[in-house]
Amino acid sequence: MSSAIVILLTGVLVAVACALLGAFLILRRMAMMVDAISHAILPGLVAGYFLAQGPDLLAGFAGAVLAAVLTVSLVEALQNTGRVGGESAIGIVFPAMFALGTFVVSKYFANVHLDADAILYGNIEFAAFDLLYINGVSLGPQSLWMMSGLCLMNLLFVGLLYKELKLATFDPGLAAALGFSPALIHYALMTVVSITTVGAFTAVGAILVVALFVVPAATAYLLTDRLPVMILLAVALGALSAVCGYAVAIVLDASVAGSIASTTGVLFGLAFLFAPQHGLVARARRLQRQRLEFAVQTLLVHLLNHEQSAEQQAESAYSHLSGELRWHPPFARRVTDAAKRATLLQQHGDMLNLTEAGRAEAEAARATDLQR
Amino acid sequence: MSNVSIDHPVVIHDLTVAYRDKPVLWDIELSIPPGKLVAIIGPNGAGKSTLIKAVLGLVPTVAGTVSLFGGSYRERRQMIGYVPQRSSVDWDFPTHALDVVMMGTYGQLGWFKRPGKAQRELALRCLEQVGMADFANRQISQLSGGQQQRVFLARALAQDAQLYFMDEPFVGVDAVTERAIVNLLRDLRARGKTVVCVHHDLDSAPEYFDWLVLLNVRLIAAGPFETTFTSENLRKTYGGTMGAAIKHIEHFEEDRLAISVQADTKRPNGH
Amino acid sequence: MVIELFTDYTLRNVALGSALLGIVSGVLGCFAVLRRQGLLGDALAHAALPGICVAFLLTGSKAPLVLLIGAALAGWLATTLLLTAVRETRLSADSVLAIVLSTFFGFGIVLLTFISKSENANQAGLDKFLFGQAATLIAEDVQTMGLLGAAALAVVAGLYKEFKLLAFDAEFAASLGFPARGLSVLLTSLIVIAVVIGLQTVGVVLMAAMLIGPAVAARQWTNRLGVMLILAAVFGAASGVSGALISVSDAHIPTGPVIILSLTAIVLGSLFFAPARGLVWSTIRRRQQRANMKVE
Repeated sequence: MSSAIVILLTGVLVAVACALLGAFLILRRMAMMVDAISHAILPGLVAGYFLAQGPDLLAGFAGAVLAAVLTVSLVEALQNTGRVGGESAIGIVFPAMFALGTFVVSKYFANVHLDADAILYGNIEFAAFDLLYINGVSLGPQSLWMMSGLCLMNLLFVGLLYKELKLATFDPGLAAALGFSPALIHYALMTVVSITTVGAFTAVGAILVVALFVVPAATAYLLTDRLPVMILLAVALGALSAVCGYAVAIVLDASVAGSIASTTGVLFGLAFLFAPQHGLVARARRLQRQRLEFAVQTLLVHLLNHEQSAEQQAESAYSHLSGELRWHPPFARRVTDAAKRATLLQQHGDMLNLTEAGRAEAEAARATDLQR
Repeated sequence: MSNVSIDHPVVIHDLTVAYRDKPVLWDIELSIPPGKLVAIIGPNGAGKSTLIKAVLGLVPTVAGTVSLFGGSYRERRQMIGYVPQRSSVDWDFPTHALDVVMMGTYGQLGWFKRPGKAQRELALRCLEQVGMADFANRQISQLSGGQQQRVFLARALAQDAQLYFMDEPFVGVDAVTERAIVNLLRDLRARGKTVVCVHHDLDSAPEYFDWLVLLNVRLIAAGPFETTFTSENLRKTYGGTMGAAIKHIEHFEEDRLAISVQADTKRPNGH
Repeated sequence: MVIELFTDYTLRNVALGSALLGIVSGVLGCFAVLRRQGLLGDALAHAALPGICVAFLLTGSKAPLVLLIGAALAGWLATTLLLTAVRETRLSADSVLAIVLSTFFGFGIVLLTFISKSENANQAGLDKFLFGQAATLIAEDVQTMGLLGAAALAVVAGLYKEFKLLAFDAEFAASLGFPARGLSVLLTSLIVIAVVIGLQTVGVVLMAAMLIGPAVAARQWTNRLGVMLILAAVFGAASGVSGALISVSDAHIPTGPVIILSLTAIVLGSLFFAPARGLVWSTIRRRQQRANMKVE
């Protein structure tokens, strides 16, 4: 297998493994907690290294999971004191853990291959060179085996616990009442996240793994309102980012992991602008249309309110509109034109008069408004 | 209109406000005479707070004009005091009651200038007026809800305004504070000031206020209590929910009765 | 050791730089924490990286001021995106924070590797903004940091009243005619200055703690904002200096992490043992109350 394909496959597998959990992290508002975990597992990895007297995958995983659970519990304990706000608690715990990890590494393992660059942005570029040996037989690149394993684990986790995760996310109270402990599900999710992070760590590093967890799922959230679709979309977007990101990295001769993270950002930006329902453009257009419709209704109700009153002459004059309703003249013209087109009102000289249809519309608007 | 607006502290003309696509206030036409205690009453979501915020320029309006003492809010800012909802701030903020009250003088002070002795004394007098002078140096999180509300009122007093807007000043306060606020409102009226309050309690409204604005997105009615506080107007304001609201009040009374009866019957056994 | 502070050139620069960072981030962090925007500094720190890289790519200069402008512009862009996305989408603030932070940083890494691989560029020194290398601080760096920090603190001193009002009750501030939005942008810009100072000293990852830690610790000891600002500056400076002193004693000990660990010790000490708000005392009080209730 060529090294390019190994890197590409590794990237896709990492992205998929992370994206599978992303939807729940977004909906549970735990994005920054994942950021904290991805930094805070460093001392756990170091402890694992120390206890196993060398690099050992299992010890590393165990240490990292313990560090992650410790981080989550510490943040929650700090929040529960009532002295520290939610996000401040995160901002105290993870730098402390990361500092502890870096401190121990530089003090006691100065010549160990665990340098800070790799921790922060990984080295997927070397994915093809670390081969997995069992009984002296090479089984191919270790990263592929590990990432496949993570994908399988997360697929099983989400597949088997889908109902419980969904319930605990949307209605923790009900979940507890039905006997699914929300706390248990919470910590199970955090454990899976931390195992995934450790696995992804070596490939993409601590900060970019956050991009893979959070950004594709957030993009999917802007594109759909249904949870299963959101999960599938997140996975697809993650994989797409990995492929495009790799291509960009080759062209620029730049960091693969960085390119993948940037691509997730670009895809998010596109969805943010152009998503059919929730995108900025769609919303701006909807807003403009609603503003006009709303202004027409305002005008109709205004005319209706003053229909029999003494000041009707003044209030219903077209030339008065911009002053009365504080509309700019061009806007006032657009509103009146729209209303005339819909035959809701007629203009006689300067006077605006409601048509039958316009009166009905205005009365209906007033009535529905009251029932709201 | 021009004659009315000079001596009327608040003149609202065709005011319309929308959040996103939902109308919150629709075509409001209202002028409030001077020297009155005014209650704005309406169901949840009627736009009561929004009306105040729109007048103060804190939310953008879709259409309409607001004139305060015949000028814009910007021009008349120094004549206007504001009491936001108590729940809108973090009461664990590191500051004490007197300091919060002094914030009322910041508008007059302008940029850069720090509050000095004069502001301090003014703030103390304002705290005194709401019966909170003894708590001047108390950290604000150590005050009860009612005391916090009185601190907010004192801050508005420190603004030394002609016209006050208060957002739900009676929510969640104790009986002592309720009394203190009522006395304060009457004192302000006696000094010729106008006070506009968002209020939610139909029972106490006629006793506390003398002018009424009934609001439910549109203006339903406005005027002196005697002519405006009618069952027909209330039905128009609360629509179909009025019956439920009345029933709710009855239930509440029954519950209170039941609890006091229980307490009475239990007491002898308890000892 | 203390005498070396005045005689040893490296130690003096490291200690001064770290102390400066502690003071500036301590003061500005108070406002960030009180406005519940503690992690905004974290996002700004990450967003600064692509800004620094772009500034270098465009000018070819590594002058602190050039890189600072790059960082500030990127920070401004990140903040704008953050606020827009929170306002216009249904994503929570915390998700948007993570999105901005990780994608900006990812893009920064792309630029950094791109710069390091292009032939004629002299990129050495750019990556010290990633992890902070306090030990490499020279007198000129410290001077720039001092000027920037002094400017930021001068603005806070001048607008103390306005910032306090903004942090406590932004709506009331607006009703008094103060431009709440403009003040908020100004405050964020000052935090960018603290971040830029911090990047050279403690690095991207640990910057969040430099803003949040001193404020949280200081809040424990006082109920007055003015005192809180001063205490936060003192705590920040103390952890900076002690970090510098400890790390200089051993070549294997990096400065940034030690600063954060000292700071964490101060935070924990304050959380548990500060008079009035300390957790130890409130636990004891609660125990006593419970015991009293049992006796009755």
